[in-house]
Amino acid sequence: MDFLRPAGWEEALAAKAEHPAAVPIAGGTDVMVEINFDHRRPDHLLDLGRIEELTAWEDLGDSVRLGASVPYSRIMKHLRGDLPGLALASHTVASPQIRNRGGVGGNLGTASPAGDAHPALLAAGAEIEAESVRGTRLIPVDDFYTGVKRNALAPDELIRAVRIRKADGPQQFSKVGTRNAMVIAVCAFGIALHPETRTVRTGIGSAAPTPIRAKAAEEFLNAALEEGNHWESEAPLPDSLVKQFATLAAGACNPIDDVRGTAAYRRHAIGVLARRTLGWTWSARERSTACA
Amino acid sequence: MTATGVPGHLTQGSATRGGIGESTLRPDGTLKVTGEFAYASDMWHEDMLWGHTLRSPHAHARIVSVDTGEALAQAGVYAVLTHDDLPAEVKNYGLEIQDTPALAHGRVRHHGEPVALVAADHPETARRAAAKIKVVYEELPLVTDEASATAPGAPLLHEGRDDHHAAHTPHPNIVHRQPIVHGDVAAGRARADVVVTGEYVFGMQDQAFLGPESGLAVPAEDGGVDLYVATQWLHADLRQIAPVLGLPEEKVRMTLSGVGGAFGGREDLSMQIHACLLALRTGKPVKMVYNRFESFFGHVHRHPAKLHYEHGATRDGKLTHLVCRIVLDGGAYASSSPAVVGNAASLGAGPYVIDNVEIETLALYTNNPPCGAMRGFGAVQACFAYEAQMDKLAAALGMDPVELRQLNAMEQGSVLPTGQSVDSPAPVAELLRRVKARPLPPERQWESAGGPADVRALPGGLSNTTHGEGVVRGVGYAVGIKNVGFSEGFDDYSTARVRLQVAGGEPVAVVHTAMAEVGQGGITVHAQIARTELGVSQVTIHPADTQVGSAGSTSASRQTYVTGGAVKHACEAVREKVLERGRAKLGTYHPAWATAELLLEGGKVVTDGGEVLASLAEVLGDEVVDLELEWRHRPTEPFDLRTGQGNGHVQYSFAAHRAVVEVDTELGLVKVVELACAQDVGKALNPLSVVGQIQGGSTQGLGVAVMEEIVVDPATAKVRNPSFTDYLIPTILDTPTIPVDVLELADDHAPYGLRGVGEAPTLSSTPAVLAAIRAATGLELNRTPVRPEHLTGS
Repeated sequence: MDFLRPAGWEEALAAKAEHPAAVPIAGGTDVMVEINFDHRRPDHLLDLGRIEELTAWEDLGDSVRLGASVPYSRIMKHLRGDLPGLALASHTVASPQIRNRGGVGGNLGTASPAGDAHPALLAAGAEIEAESVRGTRLIPVDDFYTGVKRNALAPDELIRAVRIRKADGPQQFSKVGTRNAMVIAVCAFGIALHPETRTVRTGIGSAAPTPIRAKAAEEFLNAALEEGNHWESEAPLPDSLVKQFATLAAGACNPIDDVRGTAAYRRHAIGVLARRTLGWTWSARERSTACA
Repeated sequence: MTATGVPGHLTQGSATRGGIGESTLRPDGTLKVTGEFAYASDMWHEDMLWGHTLRSPHAHARIVSVDTGEALAQAGVYAVLTHDDLPAEVKNYGLEIQDTPALAHGRVRHHGEPVALVAADHPETARRAAAKIKVVYEELPLVTDEASATAPGAPLLHEGRDDHHAAHTPHPNIVHRQPIVHGDVAAGRARADVVVTGEYVFGMQDQAFLGPESGLAVPAEDGGVDLYVATQWLHADLRQIAPVLGLPEEKVRMTLSGVGGAFGGREDLSMQIHACLLALRTGKPVKMVYNRFESFFGHVHRHPAKLHYEHGATRDGKLTHLVCRIVLDGGAYASSSPAVVGNAASLGAGPYVIDNVEIETLALYTNNPPCGAMRGFGAVQACFAYEAQMDKLAAALGMDPVELRQLNAMEQGSVLPTGQSVDSPAPVAELLRRVKARPLPPERQWESAGGPADVRALPGGLSNTTHGEGVVRGVGYAVGIKNVGFSEGFDDYSTARVRLQVAGGEPVAVVHTAMAEVGQGGITVHAQIARTELGVSQVTIHPADTQVGSAGSTSASRQTYVTGGAVKHACEAVREKVLERGRAKLGTYHPAWATAELLLEGGKVVTDGGEVLASLAEVLGDEVVDLELEWRHRPTEPFDLRTGQGNGHVQYSFAAHRAVVEVDTELGLVKVVELACAQDVGKALNPLSVVGQIQGGSTQGLGVAVMEEIVVDPATAKVRNPSFTDYLIPTILDTPTIPVDVLELADDHAPYGLRGVGEAPTLSSTPAVLAAIRAATGLELNRTPVRPEHLTGS
């Protein structure tokens, strides 16, 4: 196994162009586990650890350009206001040591349905900044996950950053694991209210071959919120509406039985999480409206 | 008080500090916390090779052929060994039954069984070479449970077995069977106003020690080998290793290296024979270290069990009878299954007085992973079932579950179903009273005044799954009984060598035993005993090795009792020698030498009245007192093979728990809020260590209540979760407050009156948590661990 250590971003792109099968490694929290367990023996590892710009973020006005390697611990500390859903998700990533190393770029590169960042990115709305020697393109997160542990990156592309819309309303993230910390998701749910566009977006983790949005649930909810004029109201949402949203969210799942949980449980739990997180975000909206 | 006849600077004896009863600190504690402690996996030797094990991908298969040619041809590879390369007549090992091949012979019987070994100059080279060994397997039908093990024409795991249990087992796939018959169950049943039955399932728990199996074998010039290894019982290893190497025991010299936890998982051999074989073949030091994945295949697990229980009681709550059947899955090799059967059977009725009992306990041979020793050893599985039964019975009688237990609780003088009388304190009712009397932790602790819910105090923790919705509290109780020490007639002795001399004017004691320090705190306790008995402050603990006699196993809650007893015994003998010497040398200076009860205290010889007669320096001069002595507890007897009668145990250990849980009933997630424990320890030699053991054991019991399980696919008998990604153990956020109430009711038969501590808390913790979850959910929950889908019905 050859270990490539580019000193800068251009050099990294050149190396990836020359060795398209090279596996990028930043925090190493996914890659090293796979190597240690002998699940993967790439010919080349492409170490992105020396590329400083990957660990920085930038305020683009209505969005945050988050470097691929910004560790979860810094997201929790510094971006809680702009990216509350992702900050909550970051809290649930493994242990403090792993949160100090791992970043969103790794979650996206691995594209595991269980990656903790995905539901938050899907709910907030994000674009993945993919770059190669051929140039840069922005991939909407909705188009990014293409299959189990597969993504839309071309072989010569690296993830430079993720552009995530700043929160314009309350966001929540919940994850079910069979332990109270340091656990892979049995399933996870993210939700973001977008009062500016009068829409609600969602993200589901670990309950389908890829991270997904609960589109039917969103469409139902968006229509029902308009119809009932709820965005203008400070009242809690009707139970029947919340219940239907939860049922549709559960229906969006296409889960499997595995050692971490049953398909039936995952579907059930997504319904519970959808109901609860919608309630939390909506009541937070009420509070913020009341304050304003 | 004036001293006469002695040098003037000595006036009065001073008590020796750091003796028994004090919470002296572990010498390795800081090193472990700061990451500087040298574990077995940290060892290094100039010019050493790395060993690697090729393991079976199948649970049951015939080995058609093994081709090592390509592996041997790899650059950097020094040796590739298979069964054919074993050098001696003896090719198997085993703790009690020698049924385990050092390397598979023509057949593999479980997933992960060692088939071949490689030694290479780099661990990665060894791994790659092992991948080039071509093994052709022909898969065989699987035996995975009692039905498939005992079906007509079932494949036999060990054809033609001739071990000492073979003759009395009803089927060759049953390792050992122990019935217990006591009283008249039919008569008891006739008197019962209420009868409750239950079927219970206990999942396969792993010891999950943090330091994986590792050791270093160094070939010696005399043709022997020096083995540095993390283990639980050096001499039992030696007894199994030497014959397979074809060496006399004195040519296999073993030294304990840094052990990162054990919990029973190091009682069986792992890499010991393999590293020695490779070292002897290559003439070079060979290190072997399992990674976490391999570790799950490198040691035995706790027996999973199926248990059927029937209890009866009169309307006023007196137990009338018990019928139970416990089937333990021992997996492919015997390991310590026979002894686990003996424990589960003899303690299967729990700490209760029941006059009429029929118990049948057996362990199976199957193609599942081998199971053997783990903290609680057979008593754990039984406790889970009989405590569930007590709650069920209390509900059927409309009684308080604690009162029902107290009404039937064993006490000193009670008789076990084995006919053995409990001849030391058995404060079962009192332990329950104490945990029940504690104030309950406040409700809804996640609520802060006006602020958001503190999710750390809720089920799901920082995963943020509830802010209080669906959360219901439950409280549950349990109590258990564990035997201390090896039972059933085993000669359970220990050896200690104690040397006393004066160095630089100060008396110094050296304590040398072969006791494996696996974290239990023996190193602290041995020094405390030596200080108390010899009155010296400086005590050196010699590294544990096989240059001294056996200390027995660090298991069965026995080390403080038995090796502690041996150290005490040796110290007493050394003290006698010192006093003899003093009488001979200085006896004429003071009549007390001849007349008074003399003690060693503060480096001096003192009378029981506190008068100083001489310093140890004066008594000993240049002389060294050095004694190695064996010590054994009271003998026990085997259980009768038909009736289970016999004085099989030497001592019992009792603990009770109260668990308080909060369950998210919609998501099936559990937060254990508090796990209060009360335990009788006879005498706490090191109170801090005692509390640590109780908290650790309680947490290990909590683990198997709500998360810990090795999942074996019933269709393939393969392990599905051999990693810490999917074999979950409690984190600090899963660990509740564990208030501990320590009782010290002396057992007059034991050194200092002490009682083994380490295992009892592991027993009652699990059923207490289960009882609390049942209380919160109203569900029956006959299986442990409980998974979220069991609580949500999805």
